[in-house]
Amino acid sequence: MQVPILKQGPFLIASVQSALSDADLLQLRDTLVEQVGRYRSRGVIVDVTALDVMDSFSSRTLRDITQMIRLRGAETVVVGIQPEVAFAMVQLGLTMEGVPTALDLEEGLAYLNQEIRTKGNETERHGR
Amino acid sequence: MNEIRTHAGMNDPQRASSPAEAPTESTSLLLRELVAHLRHYRTQLRQEWARRITGARLLTAMTDEEIFAEATSVYNNYVEALETGTLEALQAYARNLSERIIPRGVETHEVLGIVLLLRDVLARSLFSKYREYFAKLDRILDAYEPAANRIANTVAVGFVQERERVIMEQQEAIRELSTPVLQVRERLLILPIIGVIDPQRARQLTEQLLKSIRANRARVVVIDITGVAAMDSHVANHLVQTVEASRLLGATVIVSGLSPEIAQTLVNIGVDLSKMTTVGDLQGGIEEAEHLLGYRGAQSRDIAEAEG
Amino acid sequence: MGGEERVRIGSDADIVLARQRGREMAARMGFSSTDLVLITTAISELARNIILYAGHGEIVLRNGSDNGRAIFSVMARDQGPGIPNIEQAMRCGYSTSGNLGLGLPGVRRLMDEMTIESRVGEGTTVVAKKWKP
Repeated sequence: MQVPILKQGPFLIASVQSALSDADLLQLRDTLVEQVGRYRSRGVIVDVTALDVMDSFSSRTLRDITQMIRLRGAETVVVGIQPEVAFAMVQLGLTMEGVPTALDLEEGLAYLNQEIRTKGNETERHGR
Repeated sequence: MNEIRTHAGMNDPQRASSPAEAPTESTSLLLRELVAHLRHYRTQLRQEWARRITGARLLTAMTDEEIFAEATSVYNNYVEALETGTLEALQAYARNLSERIIPRGVETHEVLGIVLLLRDVLARSLFSKYREYFAKLDRILDAYEPAANRIANTVAVGFVQERERVIMEQQEAIRELSTPVLQVRERLLILPIIGVIDPQRARQLTEQLLKSIRANRARVVVIDITGVAAMDSHVANHLVQTVEASRLLGATVIVSGLSPEIAQTLVNIGVDLSKMTTVGDLQGGIEEAEHLLGYRGAQSRDIAEAEG
Repeated sequence: MGGEERVRIGSDADIVLARQRGREMAARMGFSSTDLVLITTAISELARNIILYAGHGEIVLRNGSDNGRAIFSVMARDQGPGIPNIEQAMRCGYSTSGNLGLGLPGVRRLMDEMTIESRVGEGTTVVAKKWKP
């Protein structure tokens, strides 16, 4: 099952559906990396609102996505983790360290915009 | 008597008592005979039993009329259970009875006590009737005793289970009342924790907090543990889990009111305190939260001036 | 009361299937939404272990009861290499780098009760249960 990816300005938004197999996740990873390169995106939002279960594989893949996209100069943020899913994740011991998270799409966009601003300020200062 | 074991606050399902064995033909006949006897003399036997109950100072929370009314139905159910050999009806009755008498303050030892008294009153009546016929008395008791013991067991267990259910409900209600999540500012939640936290309550707190974060779109949560005297490693782990789960929902958690003892507990279980934002008291926690949210406080102004 | 469903596990798509079936069964039994997530996460991990270590196996979902209390149980069975040191497996959860270990302590935390039977060279059976309060 393909994950729909929207391009919104400098960002890509991937909306994950509920019945996601391992192969689908890996496909998403590769597609995002490819598209970030193609569109020179500044950020990626992975919206997991519809995901009913987050297990070790999905958490590991999200970390891979974050790292691989960072290598391409873009930031990733995962949004929409449900309260019960977050609870189950910490019981299982999955903390998704290193992966930025936000409550929802709106917060995710605010985060990415903030990141771009910070990076912009940095390059300005270094540029002088 | 079957054991009821508890583990980490949760109840293991109780081992089922051995199913009522189908009585052999001669046992059936004997049971029918003694049941007929017990029915025939029910009035006297009930009175004898009620006398013994009062004499043993049981069911003091109930009036004589109430005892008499309940005694009648317990007696009838008891005899019927002896007759049919099946316990389902008795189980249902025991639960029903428990539902009624638990609010009256009747305790487990009283329920077990009155059932054992009934068993004894009936046993003695059988003794006097078959006193002259030793062989028959033997066989009568062989039929009666296991059945009577199963009945006592069933009633007691039914009562205890009902009692546990009531206690759990009460605890749940208390927990709900004592875990308020307060929204003090936009995007800022405060969760003051007071008193003793057991694992079940800790879990409930976490669930409630996570739901509140989502509902209020909170970015910062201050968990204030000033009112918590001590924390074992189990609950400390839970606190860490709560902080981690909140982060997954995009919220930063500030833990305020950390006493030196609790800080030590956290360090002992291997929590990296540098990963958790901790502040000495609630006021400090709120200020830190407002700072994180970008509200103009003395702190943020100072920082802005310094950078300027 | 009482029902059983078997899901053969041979590919990662089967993991999703086992989760869905488990969720449906537990929902029918009346578990809370939080418990449903805990249960399906546990099923997902156990099914994944089968694929990772044995290649294929079976998940058996059971709707049972004990003395009036409803119990949901998931059995993960395979004929793979087996677990050489069960105690150690129960002690090690996921490392901070997120390596896909057996994750058994995590599954234990998600559920109420868990038993493991394993023989090196013969296979592994894990049974995890959750009671409906």
